Amino acid sequence: MVYTLCFILFVIGLYGVTCKKNIVKIILGFLIMEYSVNLFLILLGWRKNGVVPIVEPDTVMEYFKTMSVDPLPQAMVLISIVTGLGTLILMVALAIRLYQRYGTFDITEMNRLKK
Amino acid sequence: MDNLSLFIAIPAAVAFLIPIVSHRLKWFPDVSSSVITFILFLFSLETLNHQCIYQMGGWPAPIGIIFVLDGFSSMMLIIVNLIGFMACLFSVDYMEKIYTSKLRYYSLLLLVITGMNGVILTGDLFNMFIFLEIALIASYALVGFGCGSKDLEASFKYLVINMIATYFIFLGIALLYGRFATLNMAHIVTSIQQYGTDSVVIFAFVLFFVGFGTKAAIVPFHAWVPDAYTAAPAPVSALLAGGIIKSLGIYVLMRLTYNIFGMSQVIANLFVYFGIASIIIGALMALGQWNFKRLLAYHSISHMGYIILGFGLGSPLGILGGVFHLFNHSLFKSLLFFNSGSVEYETGNLNLRKLGRLSEKMPVTSVSSLIAFFSTSGIPPFNGFWSKLIIIIAAIQAGRPFSALWVVIGSILTLAYFAKIQRYVFFGNGDEFDESQVKDIKEVPSLMRVSLIILAVLCTIGGLLAIGGVNGVFGPVVNALAGGTNQYIGEVFGK
Repeated sequence: MVYTLCFILFVIGLYGVTCKKNIVKIILGFLIMEYSVNLFLILLGWRKNGVVPIVEPDTVMEYFKTMSVDPLPQAMVLISIVTGLGTLILMVALAIRLYQRYGTFDITEMNRLKK
Repeated sequence: MDNLSLFIAIPAAVAFLIPIVSHRLKWFPDVSSSVITFILFLFSLETLNHQCIYQMGGWPAPIGIIFVLDGFSSMMLIIVNLIGFMACLFSVDYMEKIYTSKLRYYSLLLLVITGMNGVILTGDLFNMFIFLEIALIASYALVGFGCGSKDLEASFKYLVINMIATYFIFLGIALLYGRFATLNMAHIVTSIQQYGTDSVVIFAFVLFFVGFGTKAAIVPFHAWVPDAYTAAPAPVSALLAGGIIKSLGIYVLMRLTYNIFGMSQVIANLFVYFGIASIIIGALMALGQWNFKRLLAYHSISHMGYIILGFGLGSPLGILGGVFHLFNHSLFKSLLFFNSGSVEYETGNLNLRKLGRLSEKMPVTSVSSLIAFFSTSGIPPFNGFWSKLIIIIAAIQAGRPFSALWVVIGSILTLAYFAKIQRYVFFGNGDEFDESQVKDIKEVPSLMRVSLIILAVLCTIGGLLAIGGVNGVFGPVVNALAGGTNQYIGEVFGK
């Protein structure tokens, strides 16, 4: 059920990217897509009342095996947030430069390549 | 050459060294990037006929990240680093005249090479995603490097389409991780063999096909190609056509289908139909273009169709055709983009209508573009003929005579639009051609000439590599792919 919500979020982001005409809304669409995948990864590793995935001398292994949280998706999400930040900065920089050149954020008016 | 991490460490280190050192030493970006890419090219030649695994931090395969070197990745390393070296040589004079900031340019170029080498070598899905992002973010910036309105527009379009593809790939990786709880590619293969192919795996494959198909410029996903190639500086276009769409697109797609998900009849049909669509639509669109580089971009789409078609036939001969054409295409395509760069360097113009009579003024450019033209449209002694011939024979052997027919038709269309380039740019002249423009035009500087001549010679003698067929030079490549999933597990886990 929660996974379905992640996919709905992903599709909302995809809608924002493909159907909106304002560059800022397109960038927001990308953010939603990225966060939906991040959320999906985090939910994959999450367990209700889970324990920290570190084995200590007094850890009960049977309990640990069923209840420990998967740490790998969290590391992956950290990296993905960093690359997402890099892309976001590049997108915003491009948007600012485009606004300087065209005087608008509307992508339908940016069609000098076709002329 | 067992230390595979050097392919990533060297260009990345120099990429970050350049901005630090270059304020004092003005010659540093030019010299260092050319020397470094040449060294990388020598290293990649040393990986030929060599198989090994590099464990990051000494962690064994399913737990840690590994780099895998086999025939296919070794050939891709040679292509990428050769084209990178040629692009660096070509950039020395080209960037001096047309663009401004060399320091940032070389930094980004080396980061692209880092990312491509990483994608080719890695044996871990998420690590591959990271290298993909490194190469792509640097290439977005390189496409918009001129900062004119058209460059920025092309860069934004390229960014939007490729970012959607990247998130599709990321979602596919997340799904596979959720299903099998592993990211190591060989470990995923064993898991698929153990648990069978279910709907999650199929959905992940579809996401990967769309994502990497976009990067490989197959037809329904090709919209970014013409704009990005036209706006980028010529060496970057050459690197995009000769390196990025091959290493990030075709290479990963083939690695995934042949070695991880396993080739099946459905996937083969998918590749063949998408390949035929790319060949025909790319060639027809190219016929109507009047911009030199835009025409080359559609030509690139058309030739990616040949490669996909060759791989989709599934037989060892088809794989040989696809691999050989991939190799040849990266040579003559970079050569053609360098030619367009030379023409732009001397005339400042890429509109076919306004160009003309350059064959007497620029003999090296003219002859090398003629060689590229013969080789791309399949005139016998040159390399393109042999790879197309192998694809046609493989198509007929695989019982797909109509695919072979489409390949021949696409080849004739290629001949037509390259005859157009030769007619309007080098031998005849366009409608709006002005005789006074070409008076003081001379041949391009020597370093640019060197890269044109090297690639032209390689195009001429490249046909010799076909000797021996599936057991010849490309034997290890064909074995790595045709061996299928079990071969890949054997390479990684050493069984």
